[in-house]
Amino acid sequence: MSNGTAVLEEVTQTPAVKSTITSSPQEGADDLPLWFQQQREQGWREFSTMPNPTRKDQAWRFSNVDALDLSPYRFANAPSDDEQVEILERSAMLNGKSGRLIFANDQLLERDALPESLRKAGVIFQPLERALIEHEDLVRKHFMTQPAVLGSAKFAALHRAQVRAGAFIYVPRAVELELPIEIFHWLVDENAAVFPHLLLVADELSKITVIEHFRSFDQTAPGFACGVNDLIAGRGAMVKYICAQRWNENVTALQINATTVERDASAMSLNLHLGGSYSRFESLSRLVGEGARSDLLAVAVAHRKQEFDARTLQDHVSPHTASDLLYKNALDDRARTTFGGLIRVEPHAHFTDAYQKVRNLLLSDDAEANSMPGLEILADNVRCTHGATSGQIDEDELFYLRTRGIPVKVAQHLIVTGFLNEVVQRLDQAAIATHLHRLIEQKFASGAD
Amino acid sequence: MQQLEIKNLRVAIGENEIIRDLSLSVGLGELHAVMGPNGSGKSTLAKVIAGHPDYKVTSGEVFMDGENLFELEPDERARKGLFLAFQYPSEVPGVTIANFLRAAMQARLPEGEELEATDYYAKLYEKMDLLEIDRSFTSRAVNEGFSGGEKKRCEILQMAMLDPRYAVLDETDSGLDIDALKVVANGVNSLRGPNLGVLLITHYQRLLNYIVPDFVHVMVQGRIVRSGGKELALELEEKGYDLIRDHAEEPVAA
Repeated sequence: MSNGTAVLEEVTQTPAVKSTITSSPQEGADDLPLWFQQQREQGWREFSTMPNPTRKDQAWRFSNVDALDLSPYRFANAPSDDEQVEILERSAMLNGKSGRLIFANDQLLERDALPESLRKAGVIFQPLERALIEHEDLVRKHFMTQPAVLGSAKFAALHRAQVRAGAFIYVPRAVELELPIEIFHWLVDENAAVFPHLLLVADELSKITVIEHFRSFDQTAPGFACGVNDLIAGRGAMVKYICAQRWNENVTALQINATTVERDASAMSLNLHLGGSYSRFESLSRLVGEGARSDLLAVAVAHRKQEFDARTLQDHVSPHTASDLLYKNALDDRARTTFGGLIRVEPHAHFTDAYQKVRNLLLSDDAEANSMPGLEILADNVRCTHGATSGQIDEDELFYLRTRGIPVKVAQHLIVTGFLNEVVQRLDQAAIATHLHRLIEQKFASGAD
Repeated sequence: MQQLEIKNLRVAIGENEIIRDLSLSVGLGELHAVMGPNGSGKSTLAKVIAGHPDYKVTSGEVFMDGENLFELEPDERARKGLFLAFQYPSEVPGVTIANFLRAAMQARLPEGEELEATDYYAKLYEKMDLLEIDRSFTSRAVNEGFSGGEKKRCEILQMAMLDPRYAVLDETDSGLDIDALKVVANGVNSLRGPNLGVLLITHYQRLLNYIVPDFVHVMVQGRIVRSGGKELALELEEKGYDLIRDHAEEPVAA
C-alpha cells in the first residue's frame, strides 16, 4: 500500500492474527455434514498424537525435517480489496478453459462456472465446502480414502483437520471436457497457511484435464501449504493433472497425491516444482484394474538453497497394468533434491510393465541430488526397470552449440530447458506446455540476478 | 588476407602429438579437400580450428581473414564466420531444430535486436527444401534419434542457415548411402561461391566425385605430405595411402 489513507484503513481492520494452525480446528463449521466434522476431529487427534518425522525414518531420509516446524504459521484473513483485484489479474493463465476457481488464503475469491452444456451433462465443479452440502454422498464416498503411506500421514491428518478450501470435480460417464479446468491457490500474508484440496472423480469413459496453480502474492513472505489431491480415474477414463507450483522461496510446502486408476483407465500427472524453500511431494499411483496405466511426470528447478523432496509409489495391484515415471531435476547453487521411489508389484499382478527413471542435471558443484529407487516384486512375469542418473552438462554437447555461435550462457540454458522439456512434451497439451515453459523461463531468469 | 590460414600448427593430447607442423591456406571462394587415412589427425585439425577445449595447441596459429582464431572463444569464431560440420554431431535432447537454429541466428544479431520470425521460417523452409528435408523435421530434437544421413543433412542445413565465410566439413560423407551422399553434395555445391571457403575432410575419394575440389592435400601422421589439384584424389584412389606414406619424409613415431 502506497498512500496514508490505505494504511489507516488497514489499522482499523481486525488484527490479522488468527489462530495458529497447530491449535485445534475452529468451531463454527456446524453447517457441514456431521461425518465431515468427525473426520476433522479424528484428523486432529491423529495429528496431535503422531510423532514428528525424523531423518531416521526411511521415508524422511535426506529430508530437512527442521523445515517442518509449524509454530509460526496461522490462518490469515481474506486479502484486502486491492490485493484481490491484483490476484484476479495475475490469475489469467489459459485462454481456453472449462472453468476456474481462485482461492487466496484458503478463501474463495472467484468462480468461473462451467458452461451450460457441461453442467447439463452432469459435470460438477464446485468449491469443496459447497460440494459437501450439495453432493454429500459423492464427496463422502471418495474423500481422502487412501492413507498417506509415503511418510506424511501426520500432515495428511493435519490437512484433514484444517481443510477448508479446494475443489470437487465430478465428470459423469462418457462426458469429455475439451478444455482444462483451472484452480488457483494463493498465499498472501506473512506466515499464512493454506490447505488446498482437490478431489477429482472421473467416471467411466470420461476425459478431463485439470491444472492447479500454487502461487505467492508476495515474493518473500514465508508461508505454509499442506495440500492433498486425490485423482480417481474410473473404467476407461482419461485423467490429466498438472500442478504448477510456484510458491515463493520462503514457503514450506507439502503436497500429498493419491491417484487411483481403474480398469483400462489412464492417468497422467505432471508436477512442476519451482518454488518453496522446502517442498515435499508424495505421489501414490494405484493401478487397481486390469489394463490401467499411470504416467508420473515431474520437473523441479532448484537453485540457491532450495530443497525438493519427492517420494513415490507405483503400486501395481492388478495384472496387465503399466506405469511410467519420469522425474527430472535441474539443480544449481547449493540446492538439494531427494527422490525416493518404489515400484511395488503385488501378488497376482502379473504382466506388469513398470518403468521408473530419475535424472538429475547438476549445474553447480555444490548442488546435491539424492536418489533412492526401489523395486518390490511379488508377482511373476513382470517387466520392471528403474534407473537414476546424475550428471553435469555434457561438454561435447556444449561445444556443439558453441560452434554454432551460441554463447556459453545461452547454450547452457538451452541444454537445461531441453532436458526439462522432454518431460513437459509428454503431456501433449500445447497450451499448457507453453505456460509451463514460461514458468520455467521465469525461474531461470530469477536465478540470474 | 581473405583466407583461413593454418600456420605451423602443432597439437597434442597429453603427451601425444597429433598435428605436427601443419600449414595450409584456404582462400575465400576455394574448396580444399584434405584426405588421409584413419588416425592421421584430420578430425583433430577440424576440432582445433573450431576451438574444442580437449586439445592443446603447442605452437602455431590459425588466422581467419587475418584474425588469430586462438584468441577467440568457439562461439566467437562461429559468429565471425567459421562453421564446423561434425563427423559425429551431438544430440541435444529436448531442443528442437527450429529453436536451436533460431538461437544460433539470434546470437549473430546486435544486442536488443530480435530475429524476425517470418523471414527466419521462410529461409529455413527454403534451405530444407534444397536438402530434401521434411518440414516436420523442425520440431524434432537436434540429432536425437536421427539416422546417419539425417544427421549429416542437418549439419549442412545449419551451414546453409548460418552463411559462414569458412566451413570445415569433417567426414561429411561417412555414414551416408549413395542417395544421401548426393543430396548432401548437392547442398554443399549450392553453397559454394566466391564468398565461401571450404575445408573438406574425407577418408574416401568417392565424395570428391560429387564435390569437386580446387585443391587436394594428403595428410599423414599429422602433416600434409602432398598437395595438388583434383587429380591427386584419383591418384590416391589408385595407389592407396600406403604408397604416399612411403614418400613421407620423416619416419613414423612410435
